[in-house]
Order: sequence, then C-alpha cells, then structure tokens
Amino acid sequence: MTSSIRQAIGVSRTTAIICGLHVALAVSVAAQTIAITGGKLYPVSSAPIENGTVLIRDGKIVAVGANIAIPEGAQRIDASGKWVTPGIVNPATQLGLVEIGQVADTREGSARPGEDAINAAFTVWDGLNPSSVLLAPARNEGITTAVVFPQGGLIAGQAAIVDIVEGTVSDMMLRSPVAMVAQVGDASSANVASRGELMVRLREVLEDTRSYMRRRADFERSQTRDFSASRLDLEAMIPVVQGRLPFLILADKASDIDNALKLARDYNLKLIVGNGAEAWMVADRLAAAKVPVMAGAMNNIPTSFSTLGQRQDNPALLRRAGVEVILVGTGSSPDAFNVRNIKQEAGNAVAYGMVWDDALRAITLAPAELFGVADRVGSLRAGRDANVVVWSGDPFELSTRVEHVLLRGKTVTLGTSRQDQLMQRYDTLPPRYSKP
Amino acid sequence: MREAILLLAVAALACAPRQAQEVPSPERAAAGDTSRNNEYGAGALSVPNADPFPSTYQQLAAPPTVIRNVTILTAAGPRISNGALLLRDGKIAAVGASVDAPAGSLVIDGSGKFVTPGIIDTHSHLGVYASPGVEANSDGNEATNPSTPHVWAEHSVWPQDPQFPRNLAGGVTTVQVLPGSANLIGGRSVVLKVVPSRTVQGMKFPGAKYGLKMACGENPKRVYAQRGPSTRMGNVAGYRAAWIQAEQYRRKWDKWSGDKKGEPPARDLGMETLADVLRGNIYVHNHCYRADEMAQMVDIAAEFGYKIRSFHHGVEAYKIADILAKNEISASVWADWGAFKMEAMDAVKGNLALVHKAGARSIVHSDDPSGSQRLNQEAAKAIAAGRLLGIDVHEDEAIKWLTLNAAWALGLDDKIGTIQVGKNADVVLWSGNPFSVYSRADKVWIDGALVLDRDDPEEVWRTDFELGYVTAPRGGTR
Repeated sequence: MTSSIRQAIGVSRTTAIICGLHVALAVSVAAQTIAITGGKLYPVSSAPIENGTVLIRDGKIVAVGANIAIPEGAQRIDASGKWVTPGIVNPATQLGLVEIGQVADTREGSARPGEDAINAAFTVWDGLNPSSVLLAPARNEGITTAVVFPQGGLIAGQAAIVDIVEGTVSDMMLRSPVAMVAQVGDASSANVASRGELMVRLREVLEDTRSYMRRRADFERSQTRDFSASRLDLEAMIPVVQGRLPFLILADKASDIDNALKLARDYNLKLIVGNGAEAWMVADRLAAAKVPVMAGAMNNIPTSFSTLGQRQDNPALLRRAGVEVILVGTGSSPDAFNVRNIKQEAGNAVAYGMVWDDALRAITLAPAELFGVADRVGSLRAGRDANVVVWSGDPFELSTRVEHVLLRGKTVTLGTSRQDQLMQRYDTLPPRYSKP
Repeated sequence: MREAILLLAVAALACAPRQAQEVPSPERAAAGDTSRNNEYGAGALSVPNADPFPSTYQQLAAPPTVIRNVTILTAAGPRISNGALLLRDGKIAAVGASVDAPAGSLVIDGSGKFVTPGIIDTHSHLGVYASPGVEANSDGNEATNPSTPHVWAEHSVWPQDPQFPRNLAGGVTTVQVLPGSANLIGGRSVVLKVVPSRTVQGMKFPGAKYGLKMACGENPKRVYAQRGPSTRMGNVAGYRAAWIQAEQYRRKWDKWSGDKKGEPPARDLGMETLADVLRGNIYVHNHCYRADEMAQMVDIAAEFGYKIRSFHHGVEAYKIADILAKNEISASVWADWGAFKMEAMDAVKGNLALVHKAGARSIVHSDDPSGSQRLNQEAAKAIAAGRLLGIDVHEDEAIKWLTLNAAWALGLDDKIGTIQVGKNADVVLWSGNPFSVYSRADKVWIDGALVLDRDDPEEVWRTDFELGYVTAPRGGTR
C-alpha cells in the first residue's frame, strides 16, 4: 500500500458532478450485468488482484479475477488506476437510530433503563429510520453496511446488521439479532453501586435464564420463584446462554475484561469484547480464549479511571497477539453523522502499527464473519451481494474520493444527500431558495 | 433615532483602537508604569491591572538546529521542496533551499519528511475539562449566571492534565483555552504553549492577548431555561444589557485615568474584561452555529463598537461566508461534525472550502482533546470535500487553516503561524505529508527547543497524573 497523498484529478463544478456524471450512471442501473474492469482489486477473502474484473449479475458478484470473460452487452465501469474493495462495514453505529443528538424525538437507540437496567428484549432495529438523511452521506463515502447498536443500562438489548440501501427496514436488514449488548465496569449505568454488584446481577440473569428455560411451563403457572428479569428479557437471553448469540460485553478496564472472560468461561458464552480500551494489556488471554475485540485507534485519552491505558496502537498490539480485531469508531465524533469516518479509523490504526490488510479486513470481512453475514457481505467473491466500491486510491487515505458505489448490484447516485444539496444551494451567495 | 444609534456605533468602532493606543486603558497604565502605582501607595489602591498573573514561561535552552532535505509547508507561500531551516535562539533564523549550520548545530535529515509551523488550536478546553473527566475536574463552565465575564479560564487550568502531552504529540504547539458555552458571556480565554509546567503561568504565551468567550443559541437557553434566558431573543437581550453596562464602565474609567480627578471608580472584574473588549485589547471568540445568529452577533458588535475575531463552531459559516469576509471575521470550524443538535444539523464537509473560497479566513478547530491531535487530518478531509465542490484549495494554502489563520485569530500572526525568518521556532517535523492519514508528528519544537521526539523513548512528557496510573508509552507512542 501507499502512504503518499494522491492528488485527486481535477474536478468539475458541483453541479456538473451532481447533474452529469453520477446521474448518468444511475440511469444505467437497469443493466443486468455489470463489469468493473481494470482496477486493483482487494477481495479481502483472497489476495489482491492487479488489473482485475468484478463481474456482477442480478445484484450478486458472479466472478472476481484477472482474466474474466465479459459477456456481450454488460455495462462496463472502467476502474483503471482505481482501487476496488468490498463495501465497507461500520460495525458499531447509531445510524438511523439517532437523527439529531439532542432532539429526544429522534433518538431510538435505547430503552428506558428501569430499576434492573436490563433490556435484553429490546430490538433496537424496530426504531430504525430508513429515511434518515444520514444514510446517504455514509453510503456516498463507501460505507454500505452498518451494525446498529442499542445503548445504555446493564443489558442494552439486541443489535442488528443492515445494508445502507434505500427502502424499508426489512429491505435494509441483513440479520437480526447479531449480538446481545451488555457492559461491565459502568456501575452507575447498571443502577448498581459497584463492579462486584454488577457482576452479581449479570450472573443472576444468566442463572435465571437457565432456570427459566427449564421451567417455562412452571413459570406460566406462577410456580417458580421470582426471576431477576422480565419474561421477555429472559426469553431474549436464551440464545445467549445457549452460546448461539454473541454476548457483546463493553469493557474497557483490563480487570473488567478479565471479568468478562471469566463470565464467558463459567457460562459457555460466545463472548465479544467491545470498547476494550485496555484490551492490549490482556491480549494474550483474549487470544487464548479466541475472543474478538471491537476497538479503535483514535483515542489515547485517559477519559475515565476505566480507560487509563487507552492508546492508539491497541488494535495493532491485539493483532500482534493473535486477537481478531474489528475496528470501530473512536474518533472525536463517532456518531451517526460520521459513520463514514470508519475509514479514517482504519488509516490511523495503520499509522499506529496495524498491518494494512488487517485494517481493511477489520472493517469488511471480520465484522461480516463475526455477525454471521459473511455469505452476503464483506468480500469480493462469487456468490456474495454486489456491495462494491471503486476508489480513486487507497480507501483509508483522506484525499481519496469515492468513484462508484454499488449496493446489491445497484449503482448509488452520489452527490444528492441533504448535505450535498445544502452545499449546492450556498455555492453562490446569496442563495436561490428554489435551488437545488 | 435608529440612525443616531448607528452613528454612535460607527464612532465607537472608529475610536476604539485609537483609544487603546493614545489613551492607555487604566489596566495598561497600571501594568506598565510602576511609579504611578507607587504614587497611590503600593497595593493600597485597587486599580485595574492588565496582567495580574504574568507569564513565567521560559524558553528552554537548545542548540542551534538545522533540518535538511525536507519539504517545508511554510504557510507563507509555496512549499519549499528539498529545503532546509535553521532554528536558533528560539527563532527561525534561516529558511531556504539550503542553510548554513553554525558550529555546534544539531543537524537533522528530513528526507521524505515534511515541516510545518506548529499547529494552533483556537478552541481548546485542555486543563479546564481535564482528564479523567470526573466531576472534580469539571472546571470549564461557571454555569451560575448567564453572564460571567469576571471568570478567567486560566484559573481553572490544571497543568497536569494528561491531555496536554497528547495534544503536543499531534503537532499542536499553541492552544487557546476557553471557558465553556453554557453562558452568554463565559469569561476570559487564555493562550497557552503546550509545554510541561508546574503552573499555568509557566505555560502562558508571553504577550498574547486575552480572548472573551461568548455563546449563541441552544446552550445558554437550555442551561438557563428556568431562570432565563430561555429563548434566543432572551440571549440577545442579555448580550446587549451587558455591553450597555460595559460601555458606561469604560467611559467612567477612561475619564478617570485621563484626568485622575477624585476617587477612582469602583472596580468590577467582569466590567474590566468587557471594557477592554470595547477598547480593542481583548478579542471576542463567539461560539455560534447558525448563519442567522452569526449575522445578528455581527450587528451587536457594530452596535457597541467591538470586533468579533472568530466565530467558533459556525457549522453554517458557508451560508454567510461573504458576510464573514466583509467583516474580517474568521471561522473556527470542524471538518465534519454535525447533527448533534438542531443548530448543528446543517453542517457540511465543504464548510472550510466554501468559507475559504469567499475570501474569509478558515480555521480548523477542535473543541475536543482527541480531535485536536489530528487537526491535520481534519484539514485533509476538508480539502477533499472542497475538491468535490470544484474548489481546489492547494495544500500550501490549506496549511494556513491550521497555522497562520489561527495565529491571526489569536492576534499572534506576527509571532507564530508561518515558517519565516524571525518567527518563533514552533516547528513540526512530520513523518510524511501532514495531510496523509498515515503521517505523524515525529518531532516538535517550541521556541527552538525539542519538546517531542518519537525517536527518544526516554524523553516522553508524562504528567504527574500519569505516574503509576498510565503505563509509560513505548517509543513515544501513545
């Protein structure tokens, strides 16, 4: 990979881009077969291919390679001199869940904490807004897939993975649930007084879920003792205690991560560690337990007594120890507005020692595998959905522009987001309020 | 009536800077003329003092330093490829295709690397919102009254905030630390050098002007919803009431310091600050998101005869870029933050480029201890966004967003912000092009002294707080 800044080629005026180039591409969506030719391919699931072709038919990738025969009548996208990757996956977002941060009516990311702070039954995607104006900016910058996360409490609820396509929530959905989200280390959010009490509560819920599973009929007849969580929450926890649904525990402090590891051992849970500020300190134990970590490379500030060891080479140190790393946004504004900045996170991970290919994998195939959708997204491979991005250069580099985005085989019309419209309107001052 | 007010405003505008020079403010007079102080009896008479907490910053001793074979983004013109510069006695002593290395010089080969002026962040809360962010460290907002011009940010700064060395590692050499935005008038800012010190006085940039933090919009009206202001019109009434009082105070003191007749007027710390804004001695830094509110703040400034030096956060600056250019107001903004509240919903990535195109000064600021470490990356994103709009801001120009323009906003553009002979030797050596995501600040000099060196793991600035709590970074990497 290159670390040099690639000067973008001269670009015509906004209006030309918006009304000319990309719309012209959008018109040709009807073509059934698309060939992206001449690009440097990064399939992720296999080695890079110089001057390769990605052949797409009916929304699926049908062939990837250097010597692919291009059928008669296929629409061609010339990617000569360009880089071609799978659509980027942002594995931890509030996309479509939060529109305007401080406007309560537009926040769908959490359930009421309640006394027990347990919301295992909370299915966050029911509040997903497929009309969010923040989808387009993410998509236009090459992010095609996102995990939407519940937040808050002791057990926040269930996460889902979606494609950032236009349509309904059902259209967007790749898989739900993909994880049960919980946390250790933040006692006050869990409505308890200390870490020890928090662990007691978690164990109690896990025990009660086991008990509930065995005694459902008794429970319905009110012939069980009281359980620590509601019926729906216990139901939702069943796949977690069965080890089928990942238990994604947010934990920063090294000792909290150790607690999570012990919990997973004791209850045979399929653990994922999220946040993981000090994960590098317990990298060997995470590797031995084959527990993946979702962490970032843009925070080195001891923001709390739980994150004193936070550092930017955390992903690199974890990888070096053999831990699977999934990169997540930890920059200064990793919210729904900046889902797109996951690429910058990857670039910084590389700047702080992560191998470039690992960083690309960490925002494509690694999250796809982790959340059980690698048969759909995350790689350029025959049979996968045609989520493909053509870049002017290295996708992590800040000067690189997105040339083409294909989502399930459809060409995305770039440059028409609400933000694009505002920029067009105010490109000349004073503006004309009938334009764009 | 309306015209009369306008005329007065114009007169005040015209007079303010002249007064500052010809009739020194009582603050200046007291600070500069000790004999006059003695006349009153040392300490017996409370008169305004422009500098009661003087800087004790000392530039570190350092050998002459030459950086050779390096690409220099000067922020004062086109880049110098394969150039060299000499840092001596705290200043940039020579810059060009080659420079002579005096005897005893430290010579550094910068092959493949880039040099820029030290990055300047016009909007920082380092020290006042120190890490860890516990309640006890929350010292940025005196949210007890909507107008608190009497508070000074420096009195909240904790020099052992572990965010300081991390900022330095991002190539940041100068920060303006501001009070928060809870209040209409939040208090005085302070300009600091990002250096280790036992005291905040030891970090204060010698000779830097103070700033005044003001805030528009949602924050004040949310914080004071119960007692008021609870609306934007309440906000504006609040600013105007404060300036009316300040103008009266200024007249009273200026008259007394001119004729020394009778008892000096009673001192008021808040009014002292506002009066010095009116005299042109303190710059206004105005947190303001929406275009329409910024335009109203411009009118308020005209009404009372002060200048707004920079709008901070201005996510809608692009909508009034022409007005900013005309009024010589800079825009301290993010590359891509937005939508965290209503007044931030129209944020666009082209903001910096569009403001630049209109001829106003664009500045990349942070308001964030993490973002501040990567202002170079923020600028790179903004350059790319500009290109998509057909605005091709060359890197040699865009470097000013991080350096010269920020220096101007702080009134320090004669001292820092460019690589030019005579400027302070605040210099960053980057591992590569600073607009690349892969580049890091390898070495940083402040006033010619090497204060960060990734190649020297023994010399990593660690704050008191970090000892025992934060594992020492290896190889200078955090």
